[in-house]
Amino acid sequence: MTLHLLFHRTLVFVAVLAATAGLFQTGCGKRESGGAGSGAGKVTIQNKGSDTMVNLAQAWAEEYKKAAPAVDIEVSGGGSGQGIAALIKGTIDMANCSRNMKPQEIEQAKKNTGKEPKEFVVGHDALAVYVHKDNPINEITFEQLADIYAEGGKITKWSELGVKLAGGDDIVRVSRQSSSGTYEFFREHVLNKKDFKLGSRDMNGSKEVVELIAGTPTAIGYSGMGYATAGVKMLKVSAKAGQPATAPTSENALSGAYPIARSLLCYTLGAPEGDLKKYLDWILSATGQKIVGDCGYVPNPPEKHTK
Amino acid sequence: MQKRGRPSWAVFAEKALEGIIYLCGFSAIIFVLGIFFFVFKVALPVLFEPNFSLSQFLFSAEWYPTSESNVRYGVLAMIAGTFSVTLLAMLIAVPFGLGAAIFVSEFCGSKLKETLKIIIELLAAIPSVVWGFIGLTVMSKLIVQFTGAPVGVNILNGGIILALMSVPIIVSIGEDALKAVPDSYREAGLALGATHWQLVYRVLLPAAKNGLLAAVLLGVGRAVGETMAVLMATGHAVHIPDGILDSVRTLTANIAAELGEAPENSNHYRVLFLTGVLLFSITFVVNLAADLVIRGIKKK
Repeated sequence: MTLHLLFHRTLVFVAVLAATAGLFQTGCGKRESGGAGSGAGKVTIQNKGSDTMVNLAQAWAEEYKKAAPAVDIEVSGGGSGQGIAALIKGTIDMANCSRNMKPQEIEQAKKNTGKEPKEFVVGHDALAVYVHKDNPINEITFEQLADIYAEGGKITKWSELGVKLAGGDDIVRVSRQSSSGTYEFFREHVLNKKDFKLGSRDMNGSKEVVELIAGTPTAIGYSGMGYATAGVKMLKVSAKAGQPATAPTSENALSGAYPIARSLLCYTLGAPEGDLKKYLDWILSATGQKIVGDCGYVPNPPEKHTK
Repeated sequence: MQKRGRPSWAVFAEKALEGIIYLCGFSAIIFVLGIFFFVFKVALPVLFEPNFSLSQFLFSAEWYPTSESNVRYGVLAMIAGTFSVTLLAMLIAVPFGLGAAIFVSEFCGSKLKETLKIIIELLAAIPSVVWGFIGLTVMSKLIVQFTGAPVGVNILNGGIILALMSVPIIVSIGEDALKAVPDSYREAGLALGATHWQLVYRVLLPAAKNGLLAAVLLGVGRAVGETMAVLMATGHAVHIPDGILDSVRTLTANIAAELGEAPENSNHYRVLFLTGVLLFSITFVVNLAADLVIRGIKKK
């Protein structure tokens, strides 16, 4: 009995010893491989923000990996507001925004981190108004959009826009969650800072908006022009009832003829240095700007490209 | 074998273990109080803000947390959303869940029983985001096709998804409750000439009442607290529903969608925590009601 117990204890002891040794072993191993892999020093750039830009940012990160394999770029979305919030906290290196930082946000960033956020225009986007592909409507004015979307607006039915739809007459409004830069941009420029009418379907991403509209014949919504699919149609938009409506094309977005065009921005804390600067320079070069075009957005004009 | 006195370390270890177990028992109370305290501490300052009123919070359906002209924090539409989705889910899940529990426990053979139990447990293990995805893609298309609703993400969709999520809980706990009824009850019932169905209806259900009620209430708890699946399946529209095909937003989904962007310690942030306190109170009332009902049953 005692012998058995002794044997048992020894067994446990040996097992613990082995486990501890194993732990140390892997610990050492890990350190070694980490040292070998880092070479000149592995760098990670944290990048977060706009959902409108998340596909673009990912495409940049993948492409940049080929140019600079030692730099890891971690991209996440969540909305411009979340990107800015993270920048203010100092947890990321670069925030993507589909709207400008507000003065109070810049103040907060200065107070929290001691550095002034620096803005880079990395491309342009036309905010497209989408409807289902079978919807006969082609044009829409700001006034009509405000009547559809804004609090106190009168339009709730397609027949009030002179459109007859097979799927029903009620307009299904698709919008974005309130952290979205697209949401704030639309509110500021189309609704004139008035609030949204309650009861819209608030989607959590640019892609979801377009998906829902593609599946809903009576829906209308807004999202970046890069998210257009075969299931939806982009409307021509005019800022005033008399003015000619323009389509969300690259030329119209750059020339300003399209009324809801905006800049796509990246913010860093203070002037970027080292690898972050190299990355931003690359984004603003012809190579990086070509990717902007490939993702469905409008690149900066060639004379503004960095060499 | 000769009897020996226990070594002192064994006595000490036993005492220590006893203490640890004692602590484990009390830890639940400490955690609940701690969570309530911290959530309430963050929420509290907003109650004294001049542009916040509690009656508006509870009885207004206007939710404009980021408005530039007129900020309003009313969660009535979301309370209505939470209750409508939960109610529908329970209308579907309770009959199905209890029926399945009765079948598994009383009517099916042992081989089928084992298979069913494994599958039901598998159903419980599906992550909620996967349920939400099913609601968003598969269910929404089916709902549009069969009901002619303009949008497939609505109360019906969320209710069905939540029902599917709570059924496994109701079945496994309900089955345990039925299994706990002593076999002598069954034997006595059958000996008196009751049919199998009469036995279930007249003997087993009354005997297992408490356990079955607990099963249902745990299902309700799951439905009220579920976040990810309803966020994806209900359409996320701030709107008091007129019908089963309307989109709604639930309290939990609203917190999940907005807490990330609300600046820390802003009023918006605190109001979201206050919504948490509200959810806490709802579950507390549900649990308390259940407890009182069970006590009432016991007294009879």
